[in-house]
Amino acid sequence: MEKNKVHRLRRVFVWELPVRIYHWLNALCIVALIATGLYIGSPLVLQSSSEASEKFFMGWVKTIHFIAAFLFFFNFAFRIYWGFVGNKYADWRNFIPTNKHYFKEMWQVFKMDIFMMKGKEHLSVGHNAVAGFSYFITFILFLIQCITGFGLYAAMSNFWFAKLFAWVPTLFGGDILLRQVHHWTTWLFILFTVVHVYLVFYHDYVEGRGEISSMGGGWKFIEDEVFDEVKAEKQKKLQEKKEKMEAQMKPLT
Amino acid sequence: MSTIAPKSTPTYYDEVVRKGYTRRDFAKFCAMMGAYLGLSQSGLAQVTEALKTKPRVPVIWLHFQECTCCSESFIRSSHPMVADILLDQISLDYTETLMAASGFQAEEAMKNTMEKYKGEYILCVEGSVPTAADGVYCMIGGKTSMQILEEAAAGAKAIIAWGSCACNGCVQAAAPNPTSATPIHKLVSGKPIIKVPGCPPIGEVMAGVIVHVVAFGRIPELDGLGRPKAFYSKRVHDTCYRRPFYDAGLFVETFDDENARKGYCLYKVGCKGPSTYNACGVTKWNNGTSFPIQSGHGCFGCSEENYWDNGRIYSRASAFPGFGIEATADKVGKVALGVTAVALAAHAVATNVRKHKLIHNLEKEGQQSEKDLENENI
Ligand code: SF4
Ligand code: SF4
Repeated sequence: MEKNKVHRLRRVFVWELPVRIYHWLNALCIVALIATGLYIGSPLVLQSSSEASEKFFMGWVKTIHFIAAFLFFFNFAFRIYWGFVGNKYADWRNFIPTNKHYFKEMWQVFKMDIFMMKGKEHLSVGHNAVAGFSYFITFILFLIQCITGFGLYAAMSNFWFAKLFAWVPTLFGGDILLRQVHHWTTWLFILFTVVHVYLVFYHDYVEGRGEISSMGGGWKFIEDEVFDEVKAEKQKKLQEKKEKMEAQMKPLT
Repeated sequence: MSTIAPKSTPTYYDEVVRKGYTRRDFAKFCAMMGAYLGLSQSGLAQVTEALKTKPRVPVIWLHFQECTCCSESFIRSSHPMVADILLDQISLDYTETLMAASGFQAEEAMKNTMEKYKGEYILCVEGSVPTAADGVYCMIGGKTSMQILEEAAAGAKAIIAWGSCACNGCVQAAAPNPTSATPIHKLVSGKPIIKVPGCPPIGEVMAGVIVHVVAFGRIPELDGLGRPKAFYSKRVHDTCYRRPFYDAGLFVETFDDENARKGYCLYKVGCKGPSTYNACGVTKWNNGTSFPIQSGHGCFGCSEENYWDNGRIYSRASAFPGFGIEATADKVGKVALGVTAVALAAHAVATNVRKHKLIHNLEKEGQQSEKDLENENI
């Protein structure tokens, strides 16, 4: 067997602990919310010989839904905050395009990962541009789900926080439409979850950088060559800048 | 029927006495209204005082596209005094359904009230206004309902929109809404409008709203959608006596099953109580006799906007515009999930084909390292 080129990998700390905690708490909440939410929408018909007063099954399902909803909301709010104070991979600019480069990378990802075209594989250590942008869309879904959910909840609560959402049913002209939007958005969450899990496996498989485990320990493993490339690129830029400056200086001397 | 109000207008109490009611009857009536409105002792005293001393407020009651069930509900409201005093000719200067006058005389009466009590009368509207084809679908005395509404609204102190028709168009506005039936708040601006939705609204609720306006001289506190908070701030679900079954998770599945006999919750047979704001669970209907859920039928959601088009009556799932009437969130969701699964499977296959070399190299590399470890020739 001929000897293969073996890459040297360097450990990069990508996902800080707060990001990882956020991720798993979020995952837990979403699973709980989807499961209880679908159950509330269409509960099973239970048979019971005991008195209704001794049972509180639907009540518990709803309680879990509401507790998970509060956790989900504050966890989400925390993540937004962390988008401003976290490391570069957690920064909000990963999610919202702010420059041309972002769109270029998106196109690159589409070409390589979705249309499966041949060419140079793109590299992103944290989120790639498409993933980042898709998370931005999920953040909007989060927001829709929080607003519609707490809007439905407001009428039955005395908690000031829930009361903040009392305007929502007004906006939708009542609970019926509001409930529909909440229910339909649930399915977008389900679809997102499926695609998300698939893509994590996909990236782990074709990149071999520890995509799956990165949400556990926070590390990804990046080839040494990548560091050299980045260094070379930086130097090239610096060189160009220097040359440009020199060209400007020349007429003065 | 005295179509023109007398010069020195009698108070409500004067009329009560004239009609042969006792003081005690009057006090009971006031107490009942106070209770419906959720008033405190002092509020109750205020109501009593106002009905005793204030001259009656003139009311014009218009009927447009509707079935008159709102009027029916009102005159059947539990306390006879409601019909006798609030609705009798004393209070009502114009209402097609109940007034004796007709034709020219009736129109005269309305004109007189509008002129004489400009800015003072209360305008009650039952029914929606068709705006298609210049409003020809509903004309009274040679005028379109739109014209009549505009004229009557101009001098009104406040407007009460009775029933779902006036509040959101009700059945006439259901798709495809051939007459462009339009609710009142979309046609009149600059006047306080009280929405009292329901098909029909509960008679006691209607009486309560009128008493409030009369007694306090101002409209009751309204919620974001313009409905009196005293009656529409709770969902039917929150006051439903079957709620313990809901919380226990015990549901009726078909109307003739064992669970139905046991009186379980009607959620799964389409009860809209969880999304309907109304006082049915508390006030009930027909002198507090019963209400739909008590009779074994789920709430219809009749006081909610657009309730005719909001999906099926006997299922919780609602139709979604653009996906056909049979589509429910869960059905579409399951199909989408299936499509996604197929797409991902296809993507997985494509990955293994198109990126074969890449993956192969990764595997080789891994195997190489494995070997190196074993041979210790790192
Ligand atoms: S609101 Fe609905 S119920 Fe009332 S009069 Fe109109 S059709 Fe009848
Ligand atoms: S019958 Fe309807 S309103 Fe009553 S508890 Fe069940 S779902 Fe709620």
